[in-house]
Amino acid sequence: MSLLHDRRAQLLLGLLALMALVPLAAGDYLLSILITVLIQAYLGMSWNVMMGFAGQFSLGHALYVGLGAYAGGALFVHYGTPPWIGAIAGMAVSVLAGTVIGTLGFRFKVMGVYFALLTIAFAEFTRVLFDHWGWVGASSGLFLPPAANASADNLWLLRGSATMFYYVALGMTVAAFWFSRALLMRRIGYYWQAIREDQDAADALGIDVFRTKMIAVLISAAMTSLGGVFLAFFNNNLYPESIFSMHRSIELILGTIIGGIGTLFGPILGAVVLTALGEGLTILGAHIGIDGVKQIAYGICLMLILILKPGGLWPWLRSRLGLAGGTR
Amino acid sequence: MSDNATSLSASKSTISRRQFTAATAAGALAASLPLRSARAATPLKLGVLLPRSGHLALIGQACQRGAEIGLPMLRDMGYSVELMNADTESNPDVGRTQAEKLIREGANMLMGCFDSATTLAVAGVAEQKGVPFVVNIASEPKLTEQGFKYVFRNFPSAGMLGKGGLLLYKDIFAATGVTPKTAVLLHINDSFGMAMLGGINALMPKLDMPFTIVETIAYDPKARDLSIEVSKAKAAKADLVMTVTRLNDAILLVREMVKQQVETMGIISPGAPGMYDKQFFKALGKYAEYCTTNVPWFDPTQDMAKTLEKTFEKAFPEESCDLNVGFTFEAVLIAADAHKRAGSNDPQALSAEAKPVFPMPPFKGRT
Amino acid sequence: MDATFFMNVISAGLLTGLVYGLMALGLSVIFGVMRVVNFAHGDMMVVAMYAAFLLYTKLGISPVPALPLVAGLLFVMGYLLQRLLINRFLGATEHIQFLLLLSLAIIITNIVLMVFGPDARNIQLDASFESYSLGPLILDKVRVIAAFTAGGVAMLLWAFFRYTTTGTAIRACADNPVGARVVGLDVEKLYAVTFGIGAACVGAAGCLLLLLVDVHPHLSSDYTLLGFIIVILGGLGSLGGALLGGILVGLSEALSGVLISPSLKSMFSFGLLILVLLLRPQGILGKKP
Repeated sequence: MSLLHDRRAQLLLGLLALMALVPLAAGDYLLSILITVLIQAYLGMSWNVMMGFAGQFSLGHALYVGLGAYAGGALFVHYGTPPWIGAIAGMAVSVLAGTVIGTLGFRFKVMGVYFALLTIAFAEFTRVLFDHWGWVGASSGLFLPPAANASADNLWLLRGSATMFYYVALGMTVAAFWFSRALLMRRIGYYWQAIREDQDAADALGIDVFRTKMIAVLISAAMTSLGGVFLAFFNNNLYPESIFSMHRSIELILGTIIGGIGTLFGPILGAVVLTALGEGLTILGAHIGIDGVKQIAYGICLMLILILKPGGLWPWLRSRLGLAGGTR
Repeated sequence: MSDNATSLSASKSTISRRQFTAATAAGALAASLPLRSARAATPLKLGVLLPRSGHLALIGQACQRGAEIGLPMLRDMGYSVELMNADTESNPDVGRTQAEKLIREGANMLMGCFDSATTLAVAGVAEQKGVPFVVNIASEPKLTEQGFKYVFRNFPSAGMLGKGGLLLYKDIFAATGVTPKTAVLLHINDSFGMAMLGGINALMPKLDMPFTIVETIAYDPKARDLSIEVSKAKAAKADLVMTVTRLNDAILLVREMVKQQVETMGIISPGAPGMYDKQFFKALGKYAEYCTTNVPWFDPTQDMAKTLEKTFEKAFPEESCDLNVGFTFEAVLIAADAHKRAGSNDPQALSAEAKPVFPMPPFKGRT
Repeated sequence: MDATFFMNVISAGLLTGLVYGLMALGLSVIFGVMRVVNFAHGDMMVVAMYAAFLLYTKLGISPVPALPLVAGLLFVMGYLLQRLLINRFLGATEHIQFLLLLSLAIIITNIVLMVFGPDARNIQLDASFESYSLGPLILDKVRVIAAFTAGGVAMLLWAFFRYTTTGTAIRACADNPVGARVVGLDVEKLYAVTFGIGAACVGAAGCLLLLLVDVHPHLSSDYTLLGFIIVILGGLGSLGGALLGGILVGLSEALSGVLISPSLKSMFSFGLLILVLLLRPQGILGKKP
């Protein structure tokens, strides 16, 4: 099936064109919200590879975000290494961490909730470790020097305006989408789904379960750490207690679960819905003027979505739009 | 309050024994600022970004009270300020988008954000947009080392806090006639604690302090109880206990020291918060008396400070009119004052006029 | 550092560990029977702590006598939550249950923030600053009270599951829900009772912890995580395991704090958790799945 004749592909290309044109019209407020959406979608897709495709529940993805962020940030601060080179180091470290967690977890048959708690434990362990590691600034944080000239965009060093960061985030999201799609269409994608549905059956069919699950962990770790590099250069400061926090791990997966786990478009839809919800409720909360109202409403909305659409919003929306069938 | 005494002195360090009594007040006054008679036509729209929910809600809400309580006072003094409030939810990402939003909705200046990570995120926005940003509290030294053009701060950096604190030790020793030989330092292991530790370690030899720090004990900001830390401090058998704390851990520490019967000449905090708070006295009762702290404080002998305290007392009898309130009020005052003297809401003029307040005047100890 | 110093540290670790253990009991009971991981655990405990705080400040009832009241309140809360909300998610996948309880946690934390404000609250008993001296050993009075009460509550719970009809029925549900239904047990009701009991344990632990720590709305997530470490260490679903896990965490925190650095102590709890997950995934006293 040619890409251009598929109704879904047409919709996607239209959306992409629209997104590419946004900075021409949008103000900085909208732009900064869209960057939040895109990076959340990107990280959600990275997590989706491991959880949505292969069914391995990680609640400690902040670990890979932090490792990528610190690798990119520290190399830049100490040696002036460009972030794209630093990202390779970050991915390497994250893959290593993923290998340790995956090997230990899968070899020792730690599954389900237990596996999720193992990932939390590793993330928290690393957080405390970084709190004491002087080379990366320990708990006083690591600061990336801001650009001398804020208006000049330098894509190689990732120093520049919000518009530049927007396009980088858009590029990363599109690449992640395309990459996830490619993975799903390959043999490995089908293996993952087989394992997710019934690991024992997959094993009986002769799939190398351990190796297949490991590949999902490693790809997911590498993708997530690239998102971490982006965050480091976008925020210009890193603190172990925020970058490795469990709160970040949770934030990272919310969008994907709400959007529809295991689907290609779910993480994007989830990020859009949650960010819009958050901003909308912030405005509402500001009118009411009681601190905490926003979060209560946010919690209730999450709960309602779960009760009404436990499979996520995208599978439901997809069928409403008449895009059902075929792949995701 | 007359028009030519515009600045609430930001940087006085007073030494406390239970209450900050006027008797201990330092004499120095912040330099009075020259005033131009220009009147701004439109009120200043000041975007206030504070962590009013999330894990920093305690401090964020205290700061918010400081920003709001002073408004009628500022009006009486001839300033015209409107606050545009935003909650950063203790999250830098939220802080950034809220800053963008406030600017889009017409904020002429920004003020906030207490925690360093969010403050840095907002500083980036302010710098890019050319909107002056007054930092109320954030002791991170990096903040002003980044070369920002539009970022101003009235709060002393950690190095200044530590220096002011240590200098006062000598006064205490002279006054009491007792000089300890050894000290143990307990500090919180977060960005504030580390900055203070760096400052103290660098200053100890320079200031020629009479005692040596025999042991430094760092504890996790998330620590649930501090019994082990205190056992360790007790085992060091030092004459003096130095603490770099925030509020809750200060209470935990002192209570634990009482329980474990730690015998020491004194507990002195070199410039960290915690031990001046109303909560601290409420929680510890008579035991709070045995602690000495020394933090930047508004000069309680000034009329403005008295008015502020009185107004605050009336509005929030349960809360303490503390450093968070004082410094946030002053940050609003700095913004309002810059606006009045600039005579317009032009960002260039505003930031030109906000500058004289920074750098802050040096620490003065009590005599 | 001499022997008495270590004895002091170890005894403090043991006593704190027992209270941690009681807190984790509730989590263990709920998971053991329903296979639901209660991510709102810490939040329920914060509610209990505020309830105990109110009882003390408004009515003058100190936390230990207030314990049955707070436990009762939390029982009702847990029972209703299970009946109205969680029951429909019993068969759902882990991540859906996780998100459900997480949103519940967000709601509870912020309601507490709205009602009580962000300030840390504590209560002052005469005992708060007292300690027992046994020779060179100094034992913190409230810690001793809390630890012994925790042990007592755990015994009661054990007796309930061992000797009462309801307790036996709940154990039957845990072992074989289908079978339990076949023999005519009202599984839904038993689940709700179980959730209530789990919540009541949290309530009891909250009362005791109020003696040791100050309560504020954002305390919850740390305690949820701590509860998890403890029950995984001891074995999810095992009552003795939860107490043992609590003691282990208390001791490891104490010893690593003294021997290495206090700010690193939580790293050792997580290290211990990783070790146990790998060597004995079902926990030290847990049954093989």
